[in-house]
Amino acid sequence: MEIQTRKEKNAVIVSVKGRMDAVTAPEFEKNLSDLIAKGENNFLLNFDGLEYISSAGLRAILATAKRLKEKGGKILLTGLKGSVDEVFKIAGFHSIFKVFESEEAGLKEI
Amino acid sequence: MQILFNLKLPARLENLQRLMESVSNCARAQDFDQKKIQEIELAVEEALVNIFNYAYPDAPGEVEVNCRADHDHFTIEIIDSGIPFDITSLPNPDFTADVDDRKIGGLGIFLIKRVMDEVRYRRENDRNILNLIIKKDK
Repeated sequence: MEIQTRKEKNAVIVSVKGRMDAVTAPEFEKNLSDLIAKGENNFLLNFDGLEYISSAGLRAILATAKRLKEKGGKILLTGLKGSVDEVFKIAGFHSIFKVFESEEAGLKEI
Repeated sequence: MQILFNLKLPARLENLQRLMESVSNCARAQDFDQKKIQEIELAVEEALVNIFNYAYPDAPGEVEVNCRADHDHFTIEIIDSGIPFDITSLPNPDFTADVDDRKIGGLGIFLIKRVMDEVRYRRENDRNILNLIIKKDK
């Protein structure tokens, strides 16, 4: 898994590539926790390069969303496709997260 | 039914990748498409991680994975000697809750049931035997 972050306006865009599984999901969660600890509140996760996600990845995203909600922050998603999108649908995550067609569309919401 | 491989390793997260790769190679040899292979990987990861986390609360144990195929089915069998745990008997998670109330427990098992064609469990000789079954397209 490869995580790239960049700041745009008042949001952090987090691009994730590769596989988010039980081994790599804790690294993703730690990355976001560190950013939250530094005061970042708004995140746009771009999963365009994500090939695979399991419930460990979903758990990491949900845990981060809960932490952000306490601080009045938010987490938005873009780039869902293929099997990653399928897992999100099966898990019902489309009803609890806002998913956008593009980074630009997501940034307008922040 | 032909046994394609059999691997027994300590039930620890550090062995996840090795076990997953063995299953993926096996599934690829059956000519499943990439989507189906990812579904198989998902089901196997969820089942294995459950065993790593819960099967052996007191002492380390092992997990055994084997793959079998016949004309109609591809079967992944996962065996542990841990505490009895029948994933097929669990209720589905609550999908109506929002971020605050949403519990993640049970989601992995729900994913297994959704992506596999059939999931069978039996307890035999103090072992949990889980069969994940995929129908082959004719």
